[in-house]
Amino acid sequence: MSLSNEEIARYSRHLIMPEVGMEGQLKLKSARVLCIGTGGLGAPIGLYLTAAGVGTIGLVDFDIVDASNLQRQVIHGTKDIGRKKLDSAADTMKDINPHVNVVKHEVALSSENAMAIVKDYDIVVDGTDNFPTRYLVNDACVLLGKPNVYGSIFRFEGQASVFATADGPCYRCLYPEPPPPGLVPSCAEGGVLGILPGLIGVVQATEVVKLILGKGDTLAGRLMLYDALNMKFREMRLRKSPDCPICGPNRTITELIDYHQFCGVPRQPEPVAAANDLEIDVVEVKRLIDSAHRFVLIDVREPHEYQICNIPAARLIPLGTLPKHVGDLDAGAEYVIHCKSGMRSAKACDLLRQSGFQRVRNMKGGILAWADKVDPRVPKY
Amino acid sequence: MAKILIPTPLRQFVNQQDAVEVSGANVETLLGALTTQYPDLRKNLFNDEGKLRSFVNVYLNDEDIRYLNKGQTEVKDSDTLSIVPSIAGGR
Repeated sequence: MSLSNEEIARYSRHLIMPEVGMEGQLKLKSARVLCIGTGGLGAPIGLYLTAAGVGTIGLVDFDIVDASNLQRQVIHGTKDIGRKKLDSAADTMKDINPHVNVVKHEVALSSENAMAIVKDYDIVVDGTDNFPTRYLVNDACVLLGKPNVYGSIFRFEGQASVFATADGPCYRCLYPEPPPPGLVPSCAEGGVLGILPGLIGVVQATEVVKLILGKGDTLAGRLMLYDALNMKFREMRLRKSPDCPICGPNRTITELIDYHQFCGVPRQPEPVAAANDLEIDVVEVKRLIDSAHRFVLIDVREPHEYQICNIPAARLIPLGTLPKHVGDLDAGAEYVIHCKSGMRSAKACDLLRQSGFQRVRNMKGGILAWADKVDPRVPKY
Repeated sequence: MAKILIPTPLRQFVNQQDAVEVSGANVETLLGALTTQYPDLRKNLFNDEGKLRSFVNVYLNDEDIRYLNKGQTEVKDSDTLSIVPSIAGGR
């Protein structure tokens, strides 16, 4: 393998650095990196690895570009809304560097396909957004002996590390088990500062390049913590756990397992059918309001979301404060609960039912559905 | 008083503070004092048996207490305790 004159001109700033040089640039060119997810973390990872000249970059995604992605997923543009993320990301990457071979894997990574996909790559970068896939990526990397460059984000806070190197710890050494569903909010529920995945993704891309070059000290054995709000970087020592079920001396996991079951999340969304007494359609809620039917409509979103849009008939009680308000509410009254899309209100309904409230229904699809089907003037966020 | 750093997902349970100072001789008494002061935090840190949850790590300065003396790890006033739960966001 060698570099063309065009490539030599392109990578000039690398070639004149002793830490990279021609040898390092050829290592980059022959490297095969798998990027799981082309979202907030995947965007900067894809962009920088492409620009750096990583020869083969595999992308795993099955999502479509949505307007709400563009606040952080800088590999996609306004013109890409509605396109497959894979196509949009690949086009951007090809534009930055036509020498890079982009391989598209249009699948949801699963226990059935992960080994076959991961085995063809040297390094895996984890830019996923959920616990089942994170444990799946970890386990596949450990079983196949591929380094797993990890990054994860929440609101203003990020984590990064390098797992599953030859003697290094893995994700299960750090966190043996995932949190039960519902205890830790996702970015879709909790929000994320748009710039945050940029920084964490660039840290991941840096670690990938160092692993390929074999230079420097990687984050293997260290957990980097970043707090954007206070602009603080910290670092924790990370050890290979002697009790780790997949990379420890007494391993019990020797093949991929059912990660949805492991994380306690159902594989398919809960069936909605036959839920008439538990859920209510937005059109029906509108009819109840217009007919002056006696019921209480509660909005369990946060005050800053209420400011963006609201249903005037609704009373705002953020989900986190609901337990304190249960005592003030009439358990015999009829309730409809709504949030943005129906997730938090479902939790609120459960909480009220557990507190003895009999007539509680979840407004299906939340205020987003209200904007679609009842009042198009309501902005969607 | 040792300082306990509170991560973003748990700040809602401690009036949005990023750090809380409490008194105690070891990790167990410090976390006990913290959750007595902020009871809503308890179920996020401990399981029904009162054990630290397996997706929450606690570090004394930069060392994981699992590799020190766990709950009995001694804490000096000059030390910082960090609570670091797993987060999964990426999109």
